[in-house]
Amino acid sequence: MPATTQEPAAAPADTFLDSNELVLNMGPQHPSTHGVLRVILKLDGETVLGTDCVIGYLHRGVEKIGENRTYQQFAPYVDRMDYVAAVSNGLGYCMAVEKLLDAEVPARAQCVRVILTELNRVASHLLWLGTHALDIGAITPVFLCFREREEVLKIFENYCGARLTTHAFRIGGLQYETYDTFEKECLAFCDLMGEKVREYHDLLTGNRIWVKRTKGVGILNADDCKTYGVTGPLLRAAGVAWDLRKAQPYCGYENYDFEVPTAESGDTFDRYIVRMQEMRQSCRIIRQAVDALPSGPIKGRVAKVIKPPKGEAYVSIEAPKGELGYYVVSDGSLKPYRVRVRPPSFVNLAALDRMCRGSLVADVVAIIGTIDIVLGEVDR
Amino acid sequence: MEELLANPYLPPLVMTAAIILVFPLVAGYIVLAERKVLADLQVRLGPMRVGPHGVLQPLADALKLLIKEDIIPAKSDRWIFWLAPVLSTFTALSAFAVLPLSDRFFVADVNIGVLFILAMSSIGALGLILGGWSANSKYSLMGSLRAAAQMVSYEVPLGFATVTGIMCAGTLSMQGIIHAQLDRGVWGAFDNYGLMLVPTVLFIIAATAETNRAPFDLPEAESELVAGFHTEYSGFRWSLFFLAEYAAIVVISSLCVTLFFGGWLRPFPNVAWLETALNTAFPAALFAVIGLGCLRSSPRQVILGFKLVMLALGLAFLAVGALFVVPAVNEAVIGLFWFLFKLAVMVYLFIWYRGTFPRFRYDQLMDVGWRWLIPISMGGLILNAIVQLVARG
Repeated sequence: MPATTQEPAAAPADTFLDSNELVLNMGPQHPSTHGVLRVILKLDGETVLGTDCVIGYLHRGVEKIGENRTYQQFAPYVDRMDYVAAVSNGLGYCMAVEKLLDAEVPARAQCVRVILTELNRVASHLLWLGTHALDIGAITPVFLCFREREEVLKIFENYCGARLTTHAFRIGGLQYETYDTFEKECLAFCDLMGEKVREYHDLLTGNRIWVKRTKGVGILNADDCKTYGVTGPLLRAAGVAWDLRKAQPYCGYENYDFEVPTAESGDTFDRYIVRMQEMRQSCRIIRQAVDALPSGPIKGRVAKVIKPPKGEAYVSIEAPKGELGYYVVSDGSLKPYRVRVRPPSFVNLAALDRMCRGSLVADVVAIIGTIDIVLGEVDR
Repeated sequence: MEELLANPYLPPLVMTAAIILVFPLVAGYIVLAERKVLADLQVRLGPMRVGPHGVLQPLADALKLLIKEDIIPAKSDRWIFWLAPVLSTFTALSAFAVLPLSDRFFVADVNIGVLFILAMSSIGALGLILGGWSANSKYSLMGSLRAAAQMVSYEVPLGFATVTGIMCAGTLSMQGIIHAQLDRGVWGAFDNYGLMLVPTVLFIIAATAETNRAPFDLPEAESELVAGFHTEYSGFRWSLFFLAEYAAIVVISSLCVTLFFGGWLRPFPNVAWLETALNTAFPAALFAVIGLGCLRSSPRQVILGFKLVMLALGLAFLAVGALFVVPAVNEAVIGLFWFLFKLAVMVYLFIWYRGTFPRFRYDQLMDVGWRWLIPISMGGLILNAIVQLVARG
């Protein structure tokens, strides 16, 4: 190595005793790193000088497993990545394989998919809201959010028997027809949410401590978002109205009338507001989908043994946490040659350091919460 | 024997022993109350398994804490680690000595009672700082540093608010303060044409910070610092800190009740026609309602033991309610009733905060303390002094 690129030897003055830096290890068993994220913080007093994320504690090799399972067999595995939004994961994977197969999905199946995915978006946002508020020290909202989330899980349970890792969709459509009171329960949930979102606003938005803890914290502007590839509510809170449901509609989203909530400054408060509005918009979509629910078959003409032609397909959908992409490569056999997932949590987490620098320890917790990560998806 | 009973030191000694023996149990039940109230705010039930509605939960918790393994981290400063919870608990319990539980129940009525409480609560903070420091853990250290900064900052407005209260009463003796309120016929909080409300509110805010309760629970912010200063403590040492925290809450609430809410006086102490309604009917009705509630719940319990416990509780509450109707008993305990009732309201307030507010950030905490509470509390002091000088003559 040429001598010129060597680091200059640090002067004795700024080492050891004169240094104020404290290296603090946060996680993987920390109460508010949302699972098993490990963040190494470099602190000056309480000010964060830098962060380093250590991930992989929940790595299960999902992508590699995909290469050793048939197309149908792999579908339940994707639910275990973002396990609080399992339905979205399933939708993305099914759509990718359907694209490989060039399969048509019947209108009714499309519509039910939209309903379940939007219900799942609300459930995911509810879980985010509860845990985020808990991280900031408000211990009550988490229970209220779980109460409402329970209603979504009940609908899932009635529909497919599972509450969390639902495996609700099949390649080519749906496995199950909806149950008798499905529409009624979905509409009842939408009514309930309208009321409850107001309750959350009463509890948090008007609270001065909440506003102080979130306004101006963890700012990530539009340029930064684009640099880091950050998507989802983080990007929209920075003022970019980018929502794949509008930008490249799939699953019949072009038929529904809804707005893409955006905010301006890209701070934690804005992300909070954006997600709160998204819950309302999701309910709006659910109402329209339930009203327009067509009758007909729920599964397209897909062979029992799925053997897609050689080729590759990339499908990305707007998951609750951002752009969720599935890149599936087929070599013409029964098993995918490669499944690559573009998880929104992983990509968004990369912006953590940028958001944390210069803030305080308490903000780090708020920022981890506001990114809305699920470690199952980060580590895969 | 008679000589022993006539000994002037006997009643204080009995009271002291009672406080030391009974308070851990009381603290346990405050924790149960906190869990139940929080559960109520959070659409859940809280403890329900140990005894009907969890009424025996504190005993189970105490037993669990006693038999837990006591861990002292290898690289900690053993003696200070040992000393810290003792210091916290000792000071917090010492402050009980001057609490005017009623006109007859108190350990000592010293002429510097308020000062003693403030001194003890300041030394108690040392326990937190030492405990966090000695554990040799970064989380503990940050917790104790926060505790130190918070105590120093919030003791100032607390002190100013207290001084305003003392000024209004004209004495430092806890009993004297209550008697002064009785003489003036109005609670401290509403004295000086309502201007005393300023120090009252500030006292409650500063007291929340002083006892490290939400939204000022930064030294033990579980979502940031795991458990703050007591991260490395376990078992009984940890429960001593816990005891100290609840003792501090009771002490500071008692000080608040004494200075601003009339201590053991009933509401409207000088309005004679309210005597029966407030001093007899209210406590009797209160206990009767609780007792009837227990009796109503008794047949609904599934387990026979639970039915019996609920029945016994119901009858006990009814009996206590009936005692308030007996004039001789009533006269003896009514002061205690009002003091504890007001204390319970204060403690409820603390729990209510915890269920409602998010936590302040460190810099915001300092900001609120130095830029708002201290100037306002100083202003309140001066304003009240002027009003007192001009209006009282």
